[in-house]
Amino acid sequence: MNLTNLIFGIYPYIALTTFLVGSVIRFDREQYTWKADSSQLFEKEQLQKGSILFHIGVLALFMGHFAGLVTPHSWFLGLGVSDMMHQVVAISAGAGFGSLCMMGGVILWKRRMYNSRVRANSRFMDIFILNWILVTLGIGLLTIPVSIYHAFGGDASVMIALADWIQGMLLLNANPEVLDGVDFIYKLHLFLGMTVFLLFPFTRLVHVWSAPFSYVWRPYQLVRTKFVKRR
Amino acid sequence: MKVRANFSLVFNLDKCIGCHTCSVTCKNVWTNRKGVEYAWFNNVESKPGIGYPKNWEDQEQWNGGWELVKGKLQLKSGNRRNVLKNIFMNPNMPTIDDYYEPFTYDYAVLQNSPLLEATPTARPRSLIDGQRMEKIEWGPNWEDDLGGKFKMRGEDANFKDMEKQVYAEFEQTFHMYLPRMCNHCVNPSCVAACPSGSIYKREEDGIVLVDQDKCRSWRMCISACPYKKMFYNWESGKAEKCTGCYPRVESGLPTVCSESCVGRIRYNGIMLYDADRIEEMASVENDQDVYQAQLDLFLDPNDPEVIKQAKEDGIPESWMEAARQSPIYKLIVDWKVAFPLHPEFRTLPMVWYVPPLSPVQSQIDQGNIELSQDGMIPKIESLRLPIQYLANMLTAGKEEPVVLALKRMIAMRSFYRSLNVDGETNLAVLEEVGLNEDQVRDMYRYMAIANYEDRFVIPTSHEELHQEDFHSFQGQNGFTFGNDGCSISPEASLFPDKRKSTGDNLEFVRYHQAAKRSDGEKT
Repeated sequence: MNLTNLIFGIYPYIALTTFLVGSVIRFDREQYTWKADSSQLFEKEQLQKGSILFHIGVLALFMGHFAGLVTPHSWFLGLGVSDMMHQVVAISAGAGFGSLCMMGGVILWKRRMYNSRVRANSRFMDIFILNWILVTLGIGLLTIPVSIYHAFGGDASVMIALADWIQGMLLLNANPEVLDGVDFIYKLHLFLGMTVFLLFPFTRLVHVWSAPFSYVWRPYQLVRTKFVKRR
Repeated sequence: MKVRANFSLVFNLDKCIGCHTCSVTCKNVWTNRKGVEYAWFNNVESKPGIGYPKNWEDQEQWNGGWELVKGKLQLKSGNRRNVLKNIFMNPNMPTIDDYYEPFTYDYAVLQNSPLLEATPTARPRSLIDGQRMEKIEWGPNWEDDLGGKFKMRGEDANFKDMEKQVYAEFEQTFHMYLPRMCNHCVNPSCVAACPSGSIYKREEDGIVLVDQDKCRSWRMCISACPYKKMFYNWESGKAEKCTGCYPRVESGLPTVCSESCVGRIRYNGIMLYDADRIEEMASVENDQDVYQAQLDLFLDPNDPEVIKQAKEDGIPESWMEAARQSPIYKLIVDWKVAFPLHPEFRTLPMVWYVPPLSPVQSQIDQGNIELSQDGMIPKIESLRLPIQYLANMLTAGKEEPVVLALKRMIAMRSFYRSLNVDGETNLAVLEEVGLNEDQVRDMYRYMAIANYEDRFVIPTSHEELHQEDFHSFQGQNGFTFGNDGCSISPEASLFPDKRKSTGDNLEFVRYHQAAKRSDGEKT
């Protein structure tokens, strides 16, 4: 077994399994720790600038990656989206939201490292995961010039290879060999990104699972009775 | 009609001496933990003053509580989508400096200091980042007894529509204490603002609690509570609040703040209200009508219809009896001497206040105060505390109810003065304020004497009614088998679940005991 096979054939499953099973276990056993862990009480101005940009950016990036890479190639063609169009949209949306996310992330990083109140009450994992996300994001942004180079050359093969790899992996049919011709920087981004999933259940990121959409339709007032039916 | 009971309190401000025993007791029981050093579930403010956190009463700044939008009740911080929109950054949330930076002192310096010419000093240190604080700029009760400049204290939102500059003069200054805690509102805005639905009102006694496992630290409740009695524990990342001392209240004991009140100003009791009319009553158009609307929401525990419905709604007979004996009901409904704090926030609070008369004796001696006909008791209008100020605090600015309450309290004094000094019952003073002799004697018993058993009429939670089997409940509290608090649902867990509860094995227990007994009989 070579390194490519290990990192792109086996590691994704370790990361995804940890992500899913780890999340469920933490929710089941440690729900008290399941929270966004806001530090807004300590600092508000920087948070306002950083948090909003970061969250908008990161959510858009996640959805963009998901839509762009997981949607089968034939669907895009069926919808009349050519590979070139796909690539141009991916590059521009990625660059746009990536920059927003990076701006917000840097503000948040500065705040976390240099605001003495926030710093003093950061856990190791809070700082570690923020750094990790920012490095992943930075490498992701660095892939854009390479993608632009590909796009100008009329070459969509790297994009298609990446999508093939992800789809193969999700269909339990890992095919790391499709990444053979892909530039190193994409592979680095993939590794860093997969590791975010691996780390996810052990960090405050778990709050993503609890995005409270149901609030929009729930009644304002909640009344609970103290005595619930016994099992 | 749906009858619900609410554990409620009244604070008699006329007797509050600002000793802070309530706050200290509460602090020692509930918030002497990491992350809530700055939090005071109960605090006592000196008024006029901006209070804790700074300027909490000014909802133009904090957007707490409710407002009417096209006649419909909506959180002042916006509709539900707006609340969610602010989830990455809550623009209305106070920061720690709006409360104060919690601190300790380097006490060890005092112990470890080498022999010095000068006395060693213990300098302050932040409890948040551990750094030296050169100067403490603000504290939990910075304005105590009118501390600080009037310019700052005068920012008090209760000066609305008043010529407040008059009260900056030393001769015109006035002062009162305002003890505050969670109001365990009938229409709580903290509950309504919680995106994850972790805050709830208990059906049985109306106490508002935060489910610590379900709280996701979205921190919307902190700003939604107009009284700023929701606190963010920065260590746990969870919302925390006054628990109404529910473990005590369930056992029929008063809250610790009430129990320890040396001035006997706190009353604990039950109020019944119609849960079907909450929204209707909280959305009356005029702010000044909310006080009356809340009075209308309360139900009379002597009304046969209410008694009948209460029975259907599962309210135990002992709770009905407690509601009939409730000191809260007497003060709020019978005598109308107690008022909600800022009814215009529309949360329908359940901690009400008897407004204070002003200390007057020395002023009377100097002839500065106009007296009523008995020549001893001052006229209400000549009191030092401006009525408008009290009304802004207690009735959204409507003066008449506050004036009547103060007049009744003065009439009570007048009546008892004539009774004790002149030996005659002066019924004329009572007629003026619409009281009869029986009522005023009751008022005296409850407000002046304020015996323990009159102040606290608290039915137990009747745990026994909810236990099908007492044996199975035995041994279920205290020690648990591991991570008891949380699991996705009581029905399913990823990990080996507890074995069957003792109740399920009860047949065995009975059999076992029976066997023992019969064994004994044999020998």
